[in-house]
Order: sequence, then C-alpha cells, then structure tokens
Amino acid sequence: MKKIVLAGVALGVMTAYAFAADKVVKVGVLTDGSGPYADVGGVGSQIAAQLAIDESGMAGKGWKVELVYADHLNKVDVGTSIAREWFDQGKADVIVDTLNSGVALAVGQIVKDKNKVFLNSGAASSDLTGKACTPNQIHWTYDTYALANSTGKAMTKAGGDSWYFITADYAFGKALERDTTAVVSANGGKIIGNVYAPLNNADFSSQLLQAQSSKAKVIGLANAGADSANAIKQAAEFGITQSGQKLAALLIFISDVNALGLPVAQGLEFTETYYWDLNDDTRAFADRFSQKAKNHAKPTMVQAGVYSSVLHYLKAVDGLGSPADGAAVVAKMKATPTDDQAFGKGSIREDGRKIHPAYLLQVKTPAESKYPWDYAKVIATIPADEAFRPLSQSECPLVKK
Amino acid sequence: MIPLLGISTQALFGQLLLGLINGAFYAMLSLGLAVIFGMLNIVNFAHGALYMVGAFAAWFLLSAFHIGYWPALILAPLGVALFGMIIERTMLKRLAGLDHIYGLLLTFGLALIIQGVFQNQFGASGQPYPLPEQLKGGTNLGFMYLPTYRAWAVVFSLSVCLFTWFMIEKTRLGAVLRAATENPELTRAFGINVPRLITLTYGFGVGLAALAGVLAAPIYQVRPLMGADFIIVVFAVVVIGGMGSILGAIGAGFMLGVVEGLTKVFYPQAANIVVFVIMVAVLLVKPTGLFGKKL
Repeated sequence: MKKIVLAGVALGVMTAYAFAADKVVKVGVLTDGSGPYADVGGVGSQIAAQLAIDESGMAGKGWKVELVYADHLNKVDVGTSIAREWFDQGKADVIVDTLNSGVALAVGQIVKDKNKVFLNSGAASSDLTGKACTPNQIHWTYDTYALANSTGKAMTKAGGDSWYFITADYAFGKALERDTTAVVSANGGKIIGNVYAPLNNADFSSQLLQAQSSKAKVIGLANAGADSANAIKQAAEFGITQSGQKLAALLIFISDVNALGLPVAQGLEFTETYYWDLNDDTRAFADRFSQKAKNHAKPTMVQAGVYSSVLHYLKAVDGLGSPADGAAVVAKMKATPTDDQAFGKGSIREDGRKIHPAYLLQVKTPAESKYPWDYAKVIATIPADEAFRPLSQSECPLVKK
Repeated sequence: MIPLLGISTQALFGQLLLGLINGAFYAMLSLGLAVIFGMLNIVNFAHGALYMVGAFAAWFLLSAFHIGYWPALILAPLGVALFGMIIERTMLKRLAGLDHIYGLLLTFGLALIIQGVFQNQFGASGQPYPLPEQLKGGTNLGFMYLPTYRAWAVVFSLSVCLFTWFMIEKTRLGAVLRAATENPELTRAFGINVPRLITLTYGFGVGLAALAGVLAAPIYQVRPLMGADFIIVVFAVVVIGGMGSILGAIGAGFMLGVVEGLTKVFYPQAANIVVFVIMVAVLLVKPTGLFGKKL
C-alpha cells in the first residue's frame, strides 16, 4: 500500500515536472571566478544575471528560469569541459560572460556545434565577431576594436605618435595589440616595439624598463584586470609618466580603478561602454546591483553586459516559446531592438556585434571625487555607429557583401 | 652604448639590477621555507598565503588604524608569526614524525582556506597600498631609473637574509636549534625545551614570509592570490638551492631572479618557465640541489 502511494506521489511529481519542463530556460554563467579577472566578472556576473532573471518578468509568464555558475579558471580545457557538461546534461541553454578570449573562442565553437546560445560579455577579442563569428553567438559589451578605436585613436591624435606595447601573451592581448596597431598606423603613428608578459604577471618592472628605454611617446598596456593594475602601479613607481611618456591603459575596468586607488590611477584615460554614473538609468541599475554585491561594489561594464544580454535573451525566448533552437533565438534577438537601463537603446548586427555608444573616460583626481565610486568623467562619446568595426571590414562569413 | 647579444649594455645592466631586486623577494621567501624545512622537516605550502597575509596586515594597519609602513614592517610580521605559532601548536605539532606528505597536505589546505577567505572578503583585484613618503622617487643611474623603494627592498632583504644566516650558523642559539633538529632527544636531555624551540622557529619562518609581504605591498597589488602566484617559483628556488640549506636558498633566490630578468629580455615568453627548466636540469645533475647536503 505504502509503495503504491509513494509511486503515485512520484508520478504526480513527474507529471508536474513534465508540465513545467515545457517552459524552462537555463542560464549558465561561465566566468573567471578566482583569477585576475574575478572582480571584473566573477560572482558579480552571477548577480547581474540573477537581476536580469528577476526583472524579466518570466516567472509571471509561466517560465521557470534556472541559473548555474562556474569558474573556468582562465583555462581553455576547463571552460570547454564545463560547457560540454552543461549542454550534454541539459544544465544550460545559454552561456554568458566567459571573460577570457581564449576560453570564449573555444566555447563559441562548442555552442555552435550544440546549437545553443553564447552571449559573450567579458572576452574582448574582436575575432568573436570576425573570423570566429557563429550564428549562435553575440558579442555584447565591448571588443578590442572598440577599445583601440577609442583610447588608441584619442591618444594618437593627441600627439602620441609612437607606441610601445606591453602585451598579455594570449589571444586577448594579441588581438588588442593588433587592433590598436591598425588604429595607430591609420592615424599616422608608428609602432616601435613590443614585449609579451604572461597572464597573471606580478612584476612588470622588466617590461616597463624596456618600454621606457624605447623612448616611445606612448606605452600601450594590452592587458587587463590585475595585470594592468600591477603595470600601472609600477609605472608610477618607475617614473614613467613624470619623464614625459604617456601610459595607455587600453583595457581597464572600474574595478581596477577601485583597486588602484585614485592617487595612482588619476588622469588615466580608458574606454567603457557602460559607466555606472552616466545618467539616471545607469545609476538605477547600479544601485540595484550594488545592494547585492560584495562591499556594495558598482557593476563593471562586463557585469552590466551580462545583465543586458540575459534580459534581451529571455525576451527572445519568451517570444519564441522555447529556448531549444539556439540559432533561432539568436536570430530573434538580432531582429529585435535592444533597450535596457544599462546600455539604453541599441541593436545587434548580423555578425553578432551588439551596437551601442562607447565612452572615453578619464580617472578623476582624489580632489574631484565627491562620493564613493565617483571615479571617472566622460571626455568623449563615440556614437554607436562609429564605436565598432564597420561591417564592410568584417571577416565574418555571416556578413553578406 | 655598445650593443651586446643584440641589446644595449644599458638595457642589460638595467635588467640585471631588476633581476637582483626580484631575486631579493625570492631569497626572503625561500629563506623562510628553508628554515622551516631544515628545522621542522615541514614542507610549508602555506608560505605564499602567509606572505599575502603579511601584505594584507600592512594594508589593514594603514586603512583601519592609520599605522604607516615603518611600524607595519615590525607589527605585521609579529602578528603573522603569532598566527603561525598557533598553527604550529594546534595542527602541525600533531604531524611530527609522520611522512612529509602529511605536512604538505595540511599546509596546502591551510593555504587554500586562507586565500579563499581573503578572496571572499576583499575580492580578487586587491587593495591599494601607497609607497612610504620617505622612499618615493628615484635616481637616474644613467642606464636605468632606479626607484628608491626598490633599492631599499634589495638592501633590506639582503640584510635580513645575512642576519638570519648568521644567527643560525654562527650563534649559540643557532647551534642549539641545529642540535634540536639533529637529535631532539639528546638536546632535550641538556634541559632545552625543544617543542618551544620548534614553535618559535616556525613563527620566525612565517614571520619572514610576512616581512616579504609588507615589503611587496607598495609595489605589487595587495591581493589574495599574490602569494599563490609566487609560491611555486619559490619552491623551485628552494629545490635548486638545496632543501634546507640556508645559504643555498639565499644564493639561488638572487641567482634565479637575475636569470629570470635576463630571460625577460631575450625571450620574454619563456620567463615564467625558465626557473623550472633550471630546476629540472639541477635535479638531473645534482639531485640534492646546488648547495644541498648529501641525503
């Protein structure tokens, strides 16, 4: 008797589950959870994704949205095996963030093979919408082209016509150096040399000394996260800027400015597509985020991109009624204009490039900073149609020419 | 400027000096490891984490109590040494006489826990720590710009290393310590409190790690994984120098700093493996390390 009752209960649970299963969508946040980029994405990306899920209204429309999170340790093999596990065991329909170009390029191919969706926010390589573009992926927040086109162009035009690069020795650093080289050359500057440093390098004194003796007017830091923070801190120590050379931090995030402190970071120019203190909308999103974040940190542009991309994804899934066909969801996302508090109105191009303005910011001096996280001021806005690589230059096979 | 091996002598001198400075950090950390291994027979994998705790202690003293760099140079190592002694008394002591692997596993686990707690509390990108006012600026040496702080770091750590070596090899206290390692029973028979000696030695070893941490705070980001990045290299340094050899650890530390610095000029991509290549070569030719005693 007891057995029959139990079986009945089990059957009931299973049918209930089967009904619900029709309307389930699973979001996987894959990011650097413990390495040099952990404050750029990390747990903050999970918070951002959860905010998007909570605010999407999916629950009210009968959807059950699940969230999984994993740390790829900046290792390609770890990242790809997590992606495979998530897809093969039905734990995720979409992978967001990734924050490491090496991992992102590999995960992108798996996503394509499995016909899922890949919304990249953190990884920077412009190859993701170039030769490595797929019908299943969208590059959301920024890329190496946009950084070069903003910071690189501004510094070259301001008289920095000779460059020396300190480059992170993997896919991201090389893509950033390549794209910046193109911009510098196009604006009449020349490249004097470069030196590679491994990812997660603590001491940049050797590289800085080489850059210093190159006599280049601009030292381009083609690295990110804790690496740029260390390089900037040590550049100050070695008197780089006092001696007249300029430091171009090609990719720094607001979390890096926070970690460096304004006395060291002041005056640096950098590029973001989202800065929390731009307007009422960006502030409103930042407030909701920082209430949940560790130490009430403001969101980085990567975390904002995770929020924005998940929100738009869920809208498309709701419209289609199912997340099953990844390419169809991405097609729907490209067909729909985007609109959210973090990035405002925008669109997604056929090569998978999300389009929105970029901002050239400058780190404030300690005296200019009036309240917590008041770190930067906008010195130029690059309009949406100029911020990213034009489709005419795209190597993406999806672009019809 | 005479070019040598494809780079100018200027650049070469600069890189040699930088290598020496980095070597100073390797030397101080590997010295602590060597002292602990030599006296306690423990492979202290928590060393990198305690180096990080030292740097954070300096940051905490500054941000919470406005206690500056100079007092921190004494207070932080003392605090960490105390913490180390508690670890020794409550945990490591129980592993005395067991295989090395137990101590290694315990300290490795401790390192992961300490780093995890700090990462959870302070995030990955770390905290800013300013250069002390007196050591700001630098000197132009002609072939390079030498920041005053780096010059201080290399002089200070060399003094600490030599002081430690002198204490262990040339004083009565050191003799007692070495005797206690060689034959604890007999040393105890002379009325010497061996367990206390061991606890103090461990405290001293991790204090050295914390001291290196404070020294590193103004030039590297103070972040939870700063020690994890370092510790593997430092272990390689100790192995190359010879496990347990004080002078070997110091010598190998400075030497490898220089070799690494030169690699950064000639073939930068290999800079973070060159130490391990040397380690393999040394182990093949002289398994006890360059300065190690016969096993």
